[in-house]
Amino acid sequence: MASVRVLVGTRKGAFILTSDGKRDKWEVSGPHFAGWEIYHLKASAVDPNRIYASQSSAWFGQIIQRSDDGAKTWHQPGTPAGPAAMAGPPQSNKFAYDTSAAQGKPLTTHQWYDGTQHPWEFKRVWHVEPSLSEADTVYAGVEDAALFRSTDGGESWHELSGLRGHGSGPHWQPGAGGMCLHTIILDPSRPQRIFTAISAAGAFRSDDGGASWKPINRGLYSKYIPNPTAEVGHCVHHLAMSAKRPGVLFMQKHWDVMRSDDAGDSWTEVSGNLPTDFGFVIDVHAHQPETIYVVPIKSDSEHFPLDGQLRVFRSRCGGNEWEALSKGLPQKHCYVNVLRDAMAVDSFEECGIYFGTTGGQIYASADAGDSWNAIVHDLPAVLSVEVQTLK
Amino acid sequence: MNVGRESTAVVAQPGIARRRLCRPFNCMDKIIRVILPFHLRALAHADSEITLEVASPVTQASVLDALEERYPMLRGTIRDPTTRQRRPFLRFFACQEDLSHNPPDVPLPEAVATGSEPFLIIGAIAGG
Repeated sequence: MASVRVLVGTRKGAFILTSDGKRDKWEVSGPHFAGWEIYHLKASAVDPNRIYASQSSAWFGQIIQRSDDGAKTWHQPGTPAGPAAMAGPPQSNKFAYDTSAAQGKPLTTHQWYDGTQHPWEFKRVWHVEPSLSEADTVYAGVEDAALFRSTDGGESWHELSGLRGHGSGPHWQPGAGGMCLHTIILDPSRPQRIFTAISAAGAFRSDDGGASWKPINRGLYSKYIPNPTAEVGHCVHHLAMSAKRPGVLFMQKHWDVMRSDDAGDSWTEVSGNLPTDFGFVIDVHAHQPETIYVVPIKSDSEHFPLDGQLRVFRSRCGGNEWEALSKGLPQKHCYVNVLRDAMAVDSFEECGIYFGTTGGQIYASADAGDSWNAIVHDLPAVLSVEVQTLK
Repeated sequence: MNVGRESTAVVAQPGIARRRLCRPFNCMDKIIRVILPFHLRALAHADSEITLEVASPVTQASVLDALEERYPMLRGTIRDPTTRQRRPFLRFFACQEDLSHNPPDVPLPEAVATGSEPFLIIGAIAGG
């Protein structure tokens, strides 16, 4: 029987929510890794029981966890599952920047908040993205912004340094949340094509498996940077792409909702009638590539919904014309935020939409957004939501 | 089971009599007591206080090397995996002294080396 598994990363651990295809009764498992920040979890499309998780802490640094049994048990890649035993030293927590001269210029600094140069310092993994074809291959987007890849199930990581080394790296600058590579999209129709997004640098694309990169920010306008149409420097909050129509991208920028019909070569604004076009999440319906979802947030100074009303906005025509979806969502005194990786969709025939809030609610809609129910109300602040449709 | 592995400086707890030696016991080795913070205990599936067998001279570096050898899942959580520097929100205490800023190769106090006092790994206090 078909079922759904929702993978939730929070400020204080991970939670696994499961239901059958009706999606009306849920079982909640967790907290896993209680007390740790879980920035992101994501399962392999090749092996649904293979799940990667980014566990981190200001005290103890970065840890990569892996489950091979659908989140029942976890271990650090390179160490045995279960209680401690003798094993070789794991490298799974080591994200070493490429400082070689292979790029012709060792990449050791980027721009700091005040415009001075600052050393590149690894802080955490924001996003894990398993390969679409190899269960042991997985990508990691990290802060300070860089892209890493593992081809041994997360046991060791190697930077794809062509991203930082393409030329604009020393000009990248952190946003208020840090300089993070938070979005990785793999193109199912072109195995060598990878999209990434970095706050506050912009969007980038590789067409050769991550070896070389170019910025794809033409058409973005950011009035908070000296040159509003600069090649880099834009605070892209999230990208989304439908697997049904690769090459068409949607973007929630700091301000502005954007779309590209040419794999990011150019962008046009599709904010249209949104009440505010600031926000973090954006996602696409699993079967209708022109149906997209955002959660507008009041402003970059006030990270909560407009008028205390939590509303998802849906466009059925790829942007510009938006409708508010509020049935089942709080419509007064609601001052939560929805962070950039905290929305996902399932692939049931009646597409399910899910999002998590900084107030600890996970909302689910089993009817493409027409109505919503809270699966849980009181988790720690939600950092990320991913969904597996298990058939 | 730890039998058959060679060239490790560490032996499993809890007691000498029950330990499975990873290498022949050296009478010069010291039994060191280490107290871990909560999250590292959970990560290592270990008790609050653990014992490690560490070759003389007993230093911060040799204790942490032994700890990471015994509990590989802790590698990188106390010292940065690249720089090997102590993580900034962690401190090392022993004998009512803060040893955090001592060079890692300086011998620890005799009371730690003899096992009468533990070596404490402490996380910065969080909360209001």
